[in-house]
Amino acid sequence: MKLTEQDVQRVAELANLALTPEEIARMTRDLGGILSHIDKLNELDTSNEEPMAQVLFDAGETATLREDVERTPLTNAEAVANAAVSGGGYYKVPRVIER
Amino acid sequence: MTSSYTISSIREGLLAKKFSAEEIAREALAFAESENPKTNAYLALSPERALAAARAVDAKLAQGEDPGPLAGVPVGVKDVIVTRGLKTTCASKMLENYVPPYDATAVIRLEQAGGVILGKANCDEFAMGSSNENSAFGPVRNPVALDRVPGGSSGGSAAVVAQGTAVVSLGSDTGGSIRQPASFCGVTGVTPTYGRVSRYGLTAFASSLDHIGPFARSVRDAATLLGVIAGRDEMDATSAFTSVPDYAASLTGDVRGLKIGLPREYFDGLASETGDRIHAAVETLRKLGCEIVDIQLPHTPYAIACYYIIATAEASANLARYDGVRYTSRSAAAQTLSEMYRLTREEGFGQEVKRRIMLGTYVLSAGYYDAYYLKAQRVRTLIARDFAQAFEKVDAIVAPVSPFPAFKLGEKVHDPVSMYLSDIYTITGSLAGIPCMSVPCGKTSEGLPVGLQILAKHFDESTMFRVADAYERASN
Repeated sequence: MKLTEQDVQRVAELANLALTPEEIARMTRDLGGILSHIDKLNELDTSNEEPMAQVLFDAGETATLREDVERTPLTNAEAVANAAVSGGGYYKVPRVIER
Repeated sequence: MTSSYTISSIREGLLAKKFSAEEIAREALAFAESENPKTNAYLALSPERALAAARAVDAKLAQGEDPGPLAGVPVGVKDVIVTRGLKTTCASKMLENYVPPYDATAVIRLEQAGGVILGKANCDEFAMGSSNENSAFGPVRNPVALDRVPGGSSGGSAAVVAQGTAVVSLGSDTGGSIRQPASFCGVTGVTPTYGRVSRYGLTAFASSLDHIGPFARSVRDAATLLGVIAGRDEMDATSAFTSVPDYAASLTGDVRGLKIGLPREYFDGLASETGDRIHAAVETLRKLGCEIVDIQLPHTPYAIACYYIIATAEASANLARYDGVRYTSRSAAAQTLSEMYRLTREEGFGQEVKRRIMLGTYVLSAGYYDAYYLKAQRVRTLIARDFAQAFEKVDAIVAPVSPFPAFKLGEKVHDPVSMYLSDIYTITGSLAGIPCMSVPCGKTSEGLPVGLQILAKHFDESTMFRVADAYERASN
């Protein structure tokens, strides 16, 4: 199935990327090329295989849990220090709900 | 001389009072200042932190205390690994001004061991690339041949060790980003077993494939650094509970009787001089008493497709956090919330990063998830099983790292697919999560380094190091 510029535009919207028309054209070519290589996977019969989401090792059920004890968190100042825009200890963003 | 020190020569010199850690640090910083412009391997030096660490080592020595296994050793840290108070940019405009409020666990451990962080190493943006040409702050040049790439994505980390502006360094590897630059620059680079080293503080690219690992000029130094940073960390739920052996003890020099597998699928399409160096290395191992066994890893041809679906899918999720809110950058042109997201990301990310986010978003989107992402995960099972079956017959596997040595800057930037296809030998080990490393095995007639890859079973870094070290001794 050939990838169209419309497909790429739709994906750009999902990915929150304001691609320029030139980028859309280039992306359509590049992604199209990668996707045709990827089609190779259809040569394999994987109907009886489990998906491997990650490399897993044996451990007890609660091994990665810790005691429910309060720890010193980042201070508010540290937490907003890298904010693009902040104020009053909060991250500030443009209006979320339009009236 | 920073370019000729080893971890143990520094330690010996400190204990014998031939020099102080502060002297080593000053010498290293001065050398880095004068040499770095040639390669652009460091993005920034950290003199205050380096001198503070060096003075702490000297203070311990003065008290007669053990200054730690990395005492006084100048270390470079890839700029995708967070260092508290030191700008960590991931070589991206998006994080150009980001100053982390915490240290990565690997950073904490190396400093507790007496390591001296000299600076942050350049890399491909968000660790995405195989040439270090995707940095927002200029490419890195290979110190061995300045018109060529150092490899990527940990090009800067490999280059500082090769150039001698660090003794060891930390890099990260998702699909080969430690092994390939190690091979291009003629140094040793190690990708440990997945989960061996905590990923806490490693800016996430592909969470099921990311690793932190060491670069050094010898197997011994790489093994020492790995021993310091490895081990369970409760801050990383995927970090393994398996105990960390004494890796130095595995460097016995004796590999007699070890069965080494040669995967036949890895020897097609190799540039001839690369192939010659690898075959010569195999001969050396044979003479050292190894039994060379022909093995098959039949799902190798599917590894690139599998990797580029899984890694980009995970990357699209991990990079969704860069939205103009918490991580410094926000587009000045954004008026609405939606524009803030879309313009910040458009302006902040480079082409390669955008390409991977787009591919990852596509393969996870409704209607394509089963055909691509789920399918790739099932193929990953097959690739992992190839290795498990091979390791029933052999103790270690030996292979090339890259089909060719360092190419010229600019040569491959316009052909992303060809760049992806060149990851073929390193991607398989990452998908299976096994430990793998690159050691130098000679140069081509143009003087370009070639790396030999050694792979072992999960958590069997000891066997991998034993083979690598024996080979290194025999080839010097």
